[in-house]
Formats: sequence, structure tokens, C-alpha cells
Amino acid sequence: MSEERKMVTVYILGEQFSVPESSTIMTALEYSGFQLKRGVGCREGFCGACATVYREKGEYKLKGGLACQTVVSDGMTIARIPFVPAEKPAFDIEELKPDVSTFVELYPSVFRCVSCNTCTKICPQDINVMDYIQDIIKGDIASAAHTSFDCIRCGLCALRCPAEIVQFNVGMLAQRLYGKYLAPRSEELDKRINEIENGEYRKDIDRLKSLGKDELVEEYYGRDISIT
Amino acid sequence: MAETEDSKIKIPYFPGCTLKTTAKNFESSAVKSAEKLGVEMVELPKWNCCGTVSSLASDDLMKHLAPVRDFIRVEEMNEEGVVDNEYRMLTLCSMCFNTLKQTNARVKASPEDLESVNNFMYLEKDYQGKVEVTHLFELLDEMGFDALQDKVTHSLKGLKVAPYYGCLLLRPKSVGIDNAENPSIIERFITAIGGNPVENWEARSRCCGSYHTVENKAIVVKLAKGIIENARSAGAECIITSCPLCAFNLDSRQEEIIREDSEYRPMPVFYFTQLLGLALGLDKKDLRFEDNFIDPEPLLVQKGLNI
Repeated sequence: MSEERKMVTVYILGEQFSVPESSTIMTALEYSGFQLKRGVGCREGFCGACATVYREKGEYKLKGGLACQTVVSDGMTIARIPFVPAEKPAFDIEELKPDVSTFVELYPSVFRCVSCNTCTKICPQDINVMDYIQDIIKGDIASAAHTSFDCIRCGLCALRCPAEIVQFNVGMLAQRLYGKYLAPRSEELDKRINEIENGEYRKDIDRLKSLGKDELVEEYYGRDISIT
Repeated sequence: MAETEDSKIKIPYFPGCTLKTTAKNFESSAVKSAEKLGVEMVELPKWNCCGTVSSLASDDLMKHLAPVRDFIRVEEMNEEGVVDNEYRMLTLCSMCFNTLKQTNARVKASPEDLESVNNFMYLEKDYQGKVEVTHLFELLDEMGFDALQDKVTHSLKGLKVAPYYGCLLLRPKSVGIDNAENPSIIERFITAIGGNPVENWEARSRCCGSYHTVENKAIVVKLAKGIIENARSAGAECIITSCPLCAFNLDSRQEEIIREDSEYRPMPVFYFTQLLGLALGLDKKDLRFEDNFIDPEPLLVQKGLNI
């Protein structure tokens, strides 16, 4: 390797480290010798396990992001959040109504929202978090489910909220209510489930299970993939 | 803004959460009535909860973010041409009206507070202080109760209506829509739609118990009964209000009154817009009497006002 690797300085829990530039916060941590056991998951920005708080050089603002998706910058100060011990009441979805009363009962803090929008500002998924909390207050559960859909439950919103709302769990409840009660039913899905329950595919599955590896490979690549 | 009889008004409208959940009868009767009167109520895009109760703490600006954010929506509606130089923000719910108007007065009176709020909401445009919070009663008064009378097609035939002001339309004085001690605006409204306003009932601006209804139901049941009986003894056949919380306490809490007192005679409680809509000949489906806890149909049938 003729090219020399450019390095940047970062501060992890107050300690100085030199890491390759263009590292993510997560790779910077591992490069610096930290073994990650909590707060690490898919490493692809989908699971929300690696919420991190950081501050960039010369900035006063504390920012939030996913360690696996945020690229380090020179002088960055980093503190990871291994876990957000947020409230998540148990419920039986069969007994809930898809309206505002469910949230009054399970997440009364929702109604303390002061519309400060701090949750939206911190969200690494660019979700309009405050808007979906307001949707719930207005009783529009479907809109709340759609608006919160990209949430990966990293929990940064709840950590920042001055009204102590647990936005990410509230959004999940909205999505579950939507899925159970409000989303249009798919007739095709019901039809296919019936077919499966009636054992219409049993024969094909049994045949596939009886095949050896080579036969399976042949079967897989030889399948009909023409688009009609 | 001068309005001739036929002029159309297109006005930014703030519904508030309750009108979208438990007071749909208030909203639908108001929007349709306004339409009949040449007023198009244009709902604010992406409005947020008003904050419910106005914070009186001098050092707690956080509670004023919500109203200011809604005022910014109204200024945007003007900038984007959704409405034409119409900075009035129309409200129906007494509580939203009160909370919004108190915050507006505060930030207009205090440039420092306004700057703090604007600085905090750096993702929004600055609020310039152009908005005026108004209540539908005030708008009707401005348009003229005489003009309203001319539009009435189904007079209320002298129905004896008790005008219930509650607290939030009148107090504090700085935001009240009328004289806090001796108001007349709802009485004039009732007269205009052909009703007979109940006079001399002292409970018209007595507190309904407000949010005690959540934790101390018994207090509210007692207060509600007192207000209703005071109205009845002054001759009332029904009560009107513009506050969903008052409506809940006076209307739905009659369930408990009935349970405790088998002699008790129920009293219908209307949103004022339901009677307005009735007088303007609206469709029954827009008045949504079925949402009222005490069924008003028997009274309306008895008075020949059923539709």
C-alpha cells in the first residue's frame, strides 16, 4: 500500500483515539479496541440498536445518530447509548380499540406534548416524530402509523423529549393498531392462507424436502423466472 | 375588513383535538353552518394541539411553543395564498380559543419572549405577530346578528335556551369575548336564531368543574347538577355551550345524576352551532344529535323543531 491512510482524532468517553477517516462511529470504536456487546446489531442502519450521542469539533449542539451509519469527523466526541430503558406497557391487541382512548390509557404522557419538535430534530431516520404524536392526539391513528413507519426504535426521541413521551413505543402501538384494525384487508392474502392451511402446497414442500443438495441447486437455478 | 351581506370570507380555522375526536358534532355543525353564512373555514395544515391549558408561569416559555407554531401556520397560509390577507384564526372550542389568545397576547407584548420562542424553533419561520385569535361567536357578532337573523330559515320558535358561558370565553378579562360580569353576546345570538334566551340565571358563567371530571367525578356531578337546575329554574328547556369540556361535564355527567336521582329530568345540552345549524336548515347528518349524550329529539319534537 503506497497511499498512506489518513487518520482523524476522536474522543470516546473522554479518551483520545486516532482512527481512519471515513470510519463510521462503530468501526472507529472497534478500531480503538472497544469490544461491542450491547448497542450493536445489524451494522446496516436497520435495527436501531446503536443509538449514539456525539458532538462535532467547534459545535455546541449535541447530535444523535446511529453508530453504524454516522461517519466520524476530526475532533468528534462520542458517547454511545447501550440501551434505552423506556416504558413499554403490555397489552392484548385483541382488547384494544384503534382510537385515542387506547393511548390515553397506555401512554398518557402523549398528551403532555408541548410541540417543541425536539424529537423530530434528533431523529436519525428523519421522521416527523412530533407530527405523529400530534396525529395520535387528534385521533388519526392511521396517519400516525404511516408517519412513524420508518422508525427503527433507537430511542433517541424519548431521551430528548422534555414531556417524557416514549415516542418510539407509541409509534409501534399505532402501527400495530393500524395493522390489526385499520389497514385494508387483502383478499389475496386470506385466499393464500386458506390454500396453505388446506394443505395445497404440502406435496410440493415434501418433494423439495426429499431432494439432495445438487438436485436442489439444479431445481433452484432451473426454476421458471420468466415474467409474464 | 368590511363585509357586505354577500361577501365571502375564507378564514384559517384551528379545530383542536377534541373536535376531531369526541366533539365531531361541534365541528360538523359549525363548518356547515359557516358555509351557509358565506364563511369558508380552511383548516390549518399540520396544526398541533394548542397546549390545552394556558401556562401562567412567567418562566415557562416551553408551554407557549405549541400556540406559536400554529400562528406560524396561519402566516404561511397567507404567504402561500391559501387565504387572502386573512390573519384571523378562527376557533370554536373555548379552551383552544383561550389558550391560543393568551399566548398570542403574551408574545406580542414581550418581544424578548417572542425572540426566545422563535430562536428555539429554528426549523420554522419566525412568527411575526400578525395573527388575531377569534372565536366563532365574535365572527358572527362582527358579521352582524341582524344579518344572521335574515339567514334563518327554520326559526327556533322561542325555544328557551340557557346561554352557558363557562369560564374560558370570559376570563381572564384580557382575552374575554365580552364583559366578564355581564356578557350578552350569546343571548344576542340566541335571539337572532329565533330562540328565547334564558335571562337572570347566575350559573351561566359558573365553573363546570373542568378537569376535576377525571379524578373527582363526584365534584363535577354536583356542580353540573347545580348549573342545570339553576338554568331550569330560570325557565330553560336546554343549554348551549362552546366548550367541549363543559359539554362533557354538563351533558355526559347527567348519566351519574340520573343514577343518583330517579326523579331527575334530563336536560339537553347542545353545542351552539347545532342550534345555529338547525335554524339555518342544515341536514340532520351534519348536526349529529346522536353524538349528544342526552337525546335532544324529544324536546325538538315537542317544540316542532325536529327535522
